[in-house]
Amino acid sequence: MTAALEARGLGKKYGKRWALSDCTLDLPAGRVIGLVGPNGAGKTTLLNLAVGQLAPSAGSIRVLGGRPADGPGQLARVGFVAQDTPTYAGLSVADHLRLGARLNPGWDDAIARERLERLGLDPARRAGKLSGGQRAQLALTLGIAKRPELLILDEPVAALDPLARREFLQHLMEAAVEHSLSVVLSSHLVSDLERTCDYLVVLVDSRVRVAGDVDDLLATHHRLTGPRRDPATLPGDQQVVSESHTDRQSTLIVRSEGAIHDPAWTVGQVGLEDLVLAYMSDTPTRSTLEAVR
Amino acid sequence: MIWLTLRQFRVQAAVVFGGLAVLCAALAITGPGMADEFNSGFASCTAQGDCSRFTRRFFEDHEMAFGAVILIVAFLPGLIGIFWGAPLITREIEQGTHRLVWNQSITRTRWLAVKLAVVGVAAMVAAGLAALAADWWSDPIDKAASDDISRITPLVFLSRGIVPIGYAAFAFALGVTVGVIVRRTLPAMAITLAVFVGLQVAVPMWIRPNIIPAESKIVAITSENHGEMMMMREEGDKAFLQVEVEPEPRAWTFTNETVDSSGKKVGRLPVSVAAGAPCAPPPPGPDGEPPEGPSQACFDDLAKKGYKQKVAYHPADRFWPLQWAETGLFVVLALGLTGLCFYWTRRRLS
Amino acid sequence: MIEFHLDSGSGVSPYMQIVRQVKHALRLDLLHEGDQLPTVKDVVAQLAINPNTVLKAYRELEREGLVEPRPGVGTFVTRTLAGDSLAAHGPLRKDLERWLVKARMAGMDDESIEALFMTTFRSARQEDIA
Repeated sequence: MTAALEARGLGKKYGKRWALSDCTLDLPAGRVIGLVGPNGAGKTTLLNLAVGQLAPSAGSIRVLGGRPADGPGQLARVGFVAQDTPTYAGLSVADHLRLGARLNPGWDDAIARERLERLGLDPARRAGKLSGGQRAQLALTLGIAKRPELLILDEPVAALDPLARREFLQHLMEAAVEHSLSVVLSSHLVSDLERTCDYLVVLVDSRVRVAGDVDDLLATHHRLTGPRRDPATLPGDQQVVSESHTDRQSTLIVRSEGAIHDPAWTVGQVGLEDLVLAYMSDTPTRSTLEAVR
Repeated sequence: MIWLTLRQFRVQAAVVFGGLAVLCAALAITGPGMADEFNSGFASCTAQGDCSRFTRRFFEDHEMAFGAVILIVAFLPGLIGIFWGAPLITREIEQGTHRLVWNQSITRTRWLAVKLAVVGVAAMVAAGLAALAADWWSDPIDKAASDDISRITPLVFLSRGIVPIGYAAFAFALGVTVGVIVRRTLPAMAITLAVFVGLQVAVPMWIRPNIIPAESKIVAITSENHGEMMMMREEGDKAFLQVEVEPEPRAWTFTNETVDSSGKKVGRLPVSVAAGAPCAPPPPGPDGEPPEGPSQACFDDLAKKGYKQKVAYHPADRFWPLQWAETGLFVVLALGLTGLCFYWTRRRLS
Repeated sequence: MIEFHLDSGSGVSPYMQIVRQVKHALRLDLLHEGDQLPTVKDVVAQLAINPNTVLKAYRELEREGLVEPRPGVGTFVTRTLAGDSLAAHGPLRKDLERWLVKARMAGMDDESIEALFMTTFRSARQEDIA
């Protein structure tokens, strides 16, 4: 099975600023992959590179084995729901379906109509008059009825209220099952991704901080609490993700393939949200630790 | 893609083609009556031997409408550039819909090609129709118009024949390209307008005279060929004469300057208006009106002093060669802009 | 047919919550042999969760011999858990109640009791795993 997305040293520069740098990723197909990171971390840039909206400044990217947007064939295999789910304000819902049907040889009109009916969207209504949630659902319908192998969504629920957010994710997950879609979706909130994703990529400051299967990530990350000590004294296979210290106690989040046997530590599980936050927050440097000492 | 282009374009198209339909209807209603009026009037004046009075009156009667038609046809390409060209891509970018449409199973190049072809052809058709209607309707007025507003003169030229098609193609491509580069509708419209109007002014001044080689010669100033002659009196008997000649009837003369015997340009001819001098205003005739133009003695005197007139012009029969050359030039420019537009859309736009 | 619900604050992974809810239903006799579990698509559409989570839970249940997939139809219950353990609930509950009385007499409040129970429970479980 070809990978959903392969990036090698991928980078994108705007002027002098790198919006994404040195990104090397292998995202498996058949998964629901979450791309999480603070605003401005480079999520949109990475996704736009994946759909060929942008051209890389460095490195290479292949999506489902092909070059992004390289001809109609490749475009047909990858669906994209862009940030803020753009639609043509002046065109009706039915016009949008017609647009999809005309521009996509693999268009599945039955799916599109069935979805509209379930959503209760009036085909005659103009897209400009839809609520945010309805617009997002319309954009998702276009993405799904195109029958892609991979569906990429850029912050699809960021602007939605909790109810619309939930409905959107329900429909997305259902489509993923029904059409065996690979899905990549980004969000700046882990809570959006926690249930939906089984693979996670954390992007901070234009760089990939960690990527992996969610279960693996949860199994290999531990919260250690115990008497204060210098993290440098930890065994080599335990990689410190974040640390915080009081004058007596140290709390560390470490990544380790093996179990933690040191009896000085109380070992706890790390939830996905804490894990992501640990990667997002700046790791304190040794110098601050020394300053405390 | 053609369907989507037409769907997005239908309001703008309806406005322009609706306006054109109104114009054509108005011209179709008034045209035949005007042609009849001209034909019968011209037949009767020819029978009487002199038509100058009839043609002048006929032209003055229809001058307003004539000017209005010229104005509409002349402005149409600019309007197309501003309202069809500039927003074509910028509107997508401003609303973010390019990110929707670029991810359907159609390449960006094909998307742009269809949009440019459909709207571009519509632009050329609209301009062509307008020019055709103007040509047909204005025919009797053209015949009645004096030589300095013949079809080849700049004011009329730009609204006739096929150049409006070239202008429309160019203005449209200009609008789209500027839009693709500046990415915002209003600035793109403003820049398109400024560039297009600038070019419309520059072309008759510098390009059209040379686009095919002009006739250029030095001719004697005679009572037959002189055009406008203006006498400016200074104190006493001194005066200056400003002379223009018409080298050929209905030609477009763009250089018209007096030279002395050595071939040097003389801006103003010093003449004496003392009583009895050759160029002094002749006494009033029996009807109390002074005779038109200077006397033969004045022309003889100018010839004796070696003054001649240097002219450069395009004769009236160059109308179509000039039309083709200029249309070709603008179409080539439009194609160049289209190429730039493709490059920019593929490489620079995101 | 049963319906799943997820408690995101519980700290228990979603797949384990599904496994537990099925077992719970089996113990309480809400699900019988031959009953069909909700399809993956239905669960996913209802809970907005990852399909692999549901598949994983169903595979776990299958591994424990509680359900079996029938290709193209769905997943069906093959064994119930009601009965054998239900019988043991009564005496165990009595033991626990007696222990609680002892704890109170030792001056422990509700929170201390809960903390003590959970730490003991966890360490016992970890010893089992190790």
